[in-house]
Amino acid sequence: MKIGVPRESHPGERRVATTPEVASQLMKLGYSVVVQSGAGAEASFADDAYRGAGCEIVASSAEVYDQSDIVLKVRAPDNDELGMLRSGQTLISFIWPAQNPDLLATLTERGVTALAMDSVPRISRAQKMDALSSMANIGGYRAVVEAAQHFGRFFTGQITAAGKIPPAKVLVIGAGVAGLAAIGAAKSMGAIVRSFDTRPEVKEQVESMDAEFLMLDFDDEDGSGEGGYAKVMSKEFIEAEMALFAEQARDVDIIITTALIPGKPAPRLITAEMVESMKDGSVIVDLAAEQGGNCELTEPGRVVTKNGVTLIGYTDLPSRLATQSSQLYGTNLRHLLTEMTPDKNGELVVDMNDEAIRGATICIGGETTWPPPAPKLSAAPKAATKPPPPVVEPEQKKSVAGPLIAMALGGLALFGVGAVAPESFMAHFTVFVLACFVGYMVIWNVTPALHTPLMSVTNAISSIIVIGALLQISSDSVLIMLIAAFTILITSINIAGGFAVTRRMLEMFRK
Amino acid sequence: MNSAGLVTASYIAATILFILALGGLSNQETARRGNWYGIIGMTLALAATILGVVTQHYTLLIVMLLVGGSIGLVLARRVQMTQMPELVAILHSLVGLAAVLVGFANFMDHSTVLTGAEATIHDIETYLGILIGAVTFSGSVIAFGKLSGRIGGKPLLLPARHVLNLVLLIGAIWLCREFVQQSAMGGGIWPLVLMTLIALAFGVHMVMAIGGADMPVVVSMLNSYSGWAASATGFMLSNDLLIVTGALVGSSGAILSYIMCRAMNRKFLAVIAGGFGTGGGTTAAGGEIEGEVVPIQSDEVAELLANAKEVMIVPGYGMAVAQAQHTVYEITKVLREKGVNVRFGIHPVAGRMPGHMNVLLAEAKVPYDIVFEMDEINEDFPDVDVSVVIGANDIVNPSAQEDPEGPIAGMPVLEVWKGNTTIVLKRSMATGYAGVENPLFYKDNTRMLFGDAKDTLDAVLKAL
Repeated sequence: MKIGVPRESHPGERRVATTPEVASQLMKLGYSVVVQSGAGAEASFADDAYRGAGCEIVASSAEVYDQSDIVLKVRAPDNDELGMLRSGQTLISFIWPAQNPDLLATLTERGVTALAMDSVPRISRAQKMDALSSMANIGGYRAVVEAAQHFGRFFTGQITAAGKIPPAKVLVIGAGVAGLAAIGAAKSMGAIVRSFDTRPEVKEQVESMDAEFLMLDFDDEDGSGEGGYAKVMSKEFIEAEMALFAEQARDVDIIITTALIPGKPAPRLITAEMVESMKDGSVIVDLAAEQGGNCELTEPGRVVTKNGVTLIGYTDLPSRLATQSSQLYGTNLRHLLTEMTPDKNGELVVDMNDEAIRGATICIGGETTWPPPAPKLSAAPKAATKPPPPVVEPEQKKSVAGPLIAMALGGLALFGVGAVAPESFMAHFTVFVLACFVGYMVIWNVTPALHTPLMSVTNAISSIIVIGALLQISSDSVLIMLIAAFTILITSINIAGGFAVTRRMLEMFRK
Repeated sequence: MNSAGLVTASYIAATILFILALGGLSNQETARRGNWYGIIGMTLALAATILGVVTQHYTLLIVMLLVGGSIGLVLARRVQMTQMPELVAILHSLVGLAAVLVGFANFMDHSTVLTGAEATIHDIETYLGILIGAVTFSGSVIAFGKLSGRIGGKPLLLPARHVLNLVLLIGAIWLCREFVQQSAMGGGIWPLVLMTLIALAFGVHMVMAIGGADMPVVVSMLNSYSGWAASATGFMLSNDLLIVTGALVGSSGAILSYIMCRAMNRKFLAVIAGGFGTGGGTTAAGGEIEGEVVPIQSDEVAELLANAKEVMIVPGYGMAVAQAQHTVYEITKVLREKGVNVRFGIHPVAGRMPGHMNVLLAEAKVPYDIVFEMDEINEDFPDVDVSVVIGANDIVNPSAQEDPEGPIAGMPVLEVWKGNTTIVLKRSMATGYAGVENPLFYKDNTRMLFGDAKDTLDAVLKAL
């Protein structure tokens, strides 16, 4: 089958769905690839590079749509492109079926098989095809770069001969993939980073990146929804949250908002009053601008300054790092296609029993298959499945009585032996017990790394049993003498072997 | 001169030297000196006994000593470091055999005549010495067979094996009574021989029932037995040097067994009673493991390693099998030259013998100050960029912590999954010795490098 990659028609879109490297890997799956001339130009992939990878280059997007069985795109198709899609063709791109019901209806009507990269379920197995995460990661990083561009100060704090420069304070709202990427980028530029999220399970991730996690005192409310995304919170929670943001807004220099709830408009978190309360020169980067914005004053796609605060509402942050985002997106697509080409023969199979592919497929053969059944697993196990805490009490009781009983028994046994045994035996017995204790004390000090040499040396030492044979060899009985001689033979193997091999091993241990 | 007094004085000196020898092993710097103390102590004891006690048959004695000593030296020189467990096992069997022989010879020697309680105690001592010696002997031989691959590593579980063991024990006690009674009348050889056979059978049966990965426990347990055998012989001969040395060795082995059992979170008795995961199919309790195995190629591994700052290598028995320790060190050297901090994390029961991995790494000249014990490094894993697990499975199984119902629940494990990326070298997807699925292989940050560890690591080294 033939895969077609047209140039993105959306204004300002610099990404391309396939890089030359990905294309060559697609060919290994048995596909042939046709690319529109100039498709990768803005992402720094020249036509020649595609040709070098074995792709066919055609001049117009119409030719691409005409020739190919599978169309790979980044943005959802616009009306012109929709017109070029035909029944039986497969389209793989971002589609956002929840926000674009009309588009979904048209695709269904036209009999197109459409896979939405934004609908790939968030399960571990599908992570390699999760384009939302790979794009969010880039967006989060770029958000910090944009913020730094518009922020007229250092991120890092310095103490110089000419005075002290305080570090910038960055608040990242929403610690998803984008949020964590932003935290990492801001942190590595030297800023003080705080983060807030409604899902308590991300606290650990935030803290692992050395940022401060802002907590609300709401014990029983967990913002984790299905599939690791956030969900809508209660009114009380939102009020407390807003109070927290209002307080933070006065303090921080940069706010990066990444709060999104799947299938819903972005929650309003930063009000006009909060923006007003921020210091002059502060920056807000709103990653949710496309879904309506987390900040009341954001203008999608634009940078505006209000009350001395710069509001960045770019909706194309990943596209601003076009080379790398094309690479990652292309690789996501390749993973998806690899899954869908089980025989590596260039034939696409839409397996609706595969949870990942089922989730991504929004329409097939004239039928709408969106939304898919809910995915089964959340990123963190549900609290309800927690095992009951182990009962500790009986253990403690035992630990008091156990040694006492053992001591009592030991004492009795000792007393019993002492009552019957002759004195000569008791003398030896004393030596024996003391030696056991000495051994106990000495051996605990042996480092575990030397356990093998310890065993070989104790083995050599235990051959001291040769003394027994030495005492017997002078016997007048020939049989006893021979047995003793043989015993001496084997124990001397042991003595020499044990000590020699220990020496050999210890020689090897060096710094 | 009072030669008996001199002999005793030498014995005291030898005892002290032996204790110093064991004490010397507490760290690498003093270990070599410790070994010398042991050699001097042994020489002193031998010389004192030969000069002070032996009265005839010197030639035979010296010949035997020299022949045996040469065999021992040759063995020690020839043995491969990967074969250390076998060597230790077979040497243990010699101590056991010696205890049996000395016991019999002593029984046949009627030069000293004891009466009353002393005679009874003496008989019991003889009996015990032979019993422990025989168990040590046959058990060690079987352990040797298992470790060298001559006998299959699978536990052999006879039906009603606990009953069988009990019958053997009761038989041994009954024979002891018979022996003491008959010995008082000048006989007693038959109960003694019968008991020896029973003890041999018991030793075989006991070790046969224990599977491959429990071998560290078995080897250290046999180590302990060989000590107790020497100690019992010492009682029999009224020789304090034997008693003390035997007790030292015995408690040393016992402690090692305890450490090994604790490292596997198992009861000593449970190991001896045999069979790990014999319930079979216990995996089902943990449920299906979510996720997918992601394979990786050698050159990608090389790239990951070269770009890492902190690398942790976790070797297991698989490294010993593949003889990959030298390649591992070559890789370590290359990486360290590039400024990568490479460290080794050793689980107490990795391998087939306590400290097995340390010896292998030492053989490959890995400096011991970058080799760490589990307790020392386990909390460092979150800072590790790449962990490389070489031929290990159960000791890095997160289900020990995550699945409270699982068969290895509570066993201390190396927390490799907390690192950034984990690379697992394995021949196939087979489960480890415990028969437990390892969720580590399905984690998102785990990559599997399939193939023989030596071949794949050679490829990694080349790519570096």
